[in-house]
Amino acid sequence: MTIDKGISRAGGRADASSPGAGGGDGPAAAARGPASPIEFRLDPASGVPTYLQLVQQVEHALRLGYLKPGDQLPKVRDAVAALAINPNTVLKAYRELETKGLAAGRPGQGTFVQATLSQIALPELTVLHRSLLGWLASADAAGLDEDGMAALFTTALREFRGRRGGSGGRRGAAGGGTEGVA
Amino acid sequence: MNVIEASGLGKRYGGTWALRECALAIPAGHVAALVGPNGAGKTTLLHLAVGLAAPTVGTVTVLGGRPAGSPAALDGIAFVAQDTPLYKNLPAADMLHLTRNLNRRFDQGYARARLADLGIPLKRKAGHMSGGQQAQLALTLALARRPRLLVLDEPMAMLDPLARHDFMAAVMTAVADDGVSVLLSSHVLAELERVADYLILMSRGRVQVAGDVDDLLAGHRVLTGPAAGAGRYAERLSVVHARYGAAQAHLLVRTSGATDPVPPGWEAHPVSLEELTLAYLREPGAAALPGPARARDAEPTEVTK
Repeated sequence: MTIDKGISRAGGRADASSPGAGGGDGPAAAARGPASPIEFRLDPASGVPTYLQLVQQVEHALRLGYLKPGDQLPKVRDAVAALAINPNTVLKAYRELETKGLAAGRPGQGTFVQATLSQIALPELTVLHRSLLGWLASADAAGLDEDGMAALFTTALREFRGRRGGSGGRRGAAGGGTEGVA
Repeated sequence: MNVIEASGLGKRYGGTWALRECALAIPAGHVAALVGPNGAGKTTLLHLAVGLAAPTVGTVTVLGGRPAGSPAALDGIAFVAQDTPLYKNLPAADMLHLTRNLNRRFDQGYARARLADLGIPLKRKAGHMSGGQQAQLALTLALARRPRLLVLDEPMAMLDPLARHDFMAAVMTAVADDGVSVLLSSHVLAELERVADYLILMSRGRVQVAGDVDDLLAGHRVLTGPAAGAGRYAERLSVVHARYGAAQAHLLVRTSGATDPVPPGWEAHPVSLEELTLAYLREPGAAALPGPARARDAEPTEVTK
């Protein structure tokens, strides 16, 4: 036994703050090697399983150019300390990224980005973003609500993918689980 | 290796059974959540596993067959009891000293380094620490024993959200660093949903559900369809919990693994851990005990202790 039971109760509520009690986060930061360009965050209300949130954030970062081939993904220990999640969850996410061919583990070093997703220059992206906003405005003017817009976009995307002969692969933005990397 | 194995385990206090017919086999390498309402028998089960109480009937072993409470068992387990009991008037340094002298193995260097990382002064008395610091001190004392199994009883009940997050992050970091197996209890599933990959659900002194979280989620689903034919359809299924509206019905069912096709007009949805837990708690007669079901067959021979 570590501690005898029932010696004393810890009294009332915790103080307003416990400086430095960062659960290894702060101290670990100092010991960190070359850091990953990205940090994970979690949305508990999204209903998306935790490991999948991590996978999607890496894919998102790849699409937006935050991550490039050769970049290191957050170390398992760092992700665990920052998010207070089970290390197996991070490992599961990295396995999924490896299966998709997007990342590869290097023994003793960590997991690194292997491939990229639809690299597109930022200015180009801005232009596309703006034209999409224009489309949304005209859809709104035509009386379409948000669900209607999403449904129309998804249908059009599916049609587009079908017309290209199912070679959607890497460029598909819908991020479906079955969508592999070409 | 199983970190905890129980067979026909029961504990009676006076005329009341706090725990009955408990059969469990928790594999190593998991963060296991022991969840159930207050009074379900969680603490009793933990006390039996760490050797603080003796079973009335049945057996419990830890860390691959070591009898609970034996010196070999105690050597590999660290236990932090409810409300993280500490000697309030002792400074952290004295708590380290005491724990070191009371245990065969204690990594003093690790404990000191950890408290320094956390910014907890060695001279500060436990009673003058915040709730978060007290919990971290208790966790440090437990981890410095370098256990193979860490058992935490309601570890976060008294912590504010930030201290809770930091505490859980510390536990998970220990899992990442040392591969320690963890068993923690709570009456709030949400506290453990993000960390647990193994679930043990208890109610009224019995283990109702036990299994790998991914397996449990894959083995259940919610079927939604017209209430009219629902009763007849439900007869063919293994329904855990059913909710009927005037027109629509929701059936939370156990599936045989393969996704069976649903009849026209019905939709199948994946189930969340919270939905699954609530469904079982509402149906005390239902049980999902994939592993232990086998252990249960062996029960009669082992009940006599």
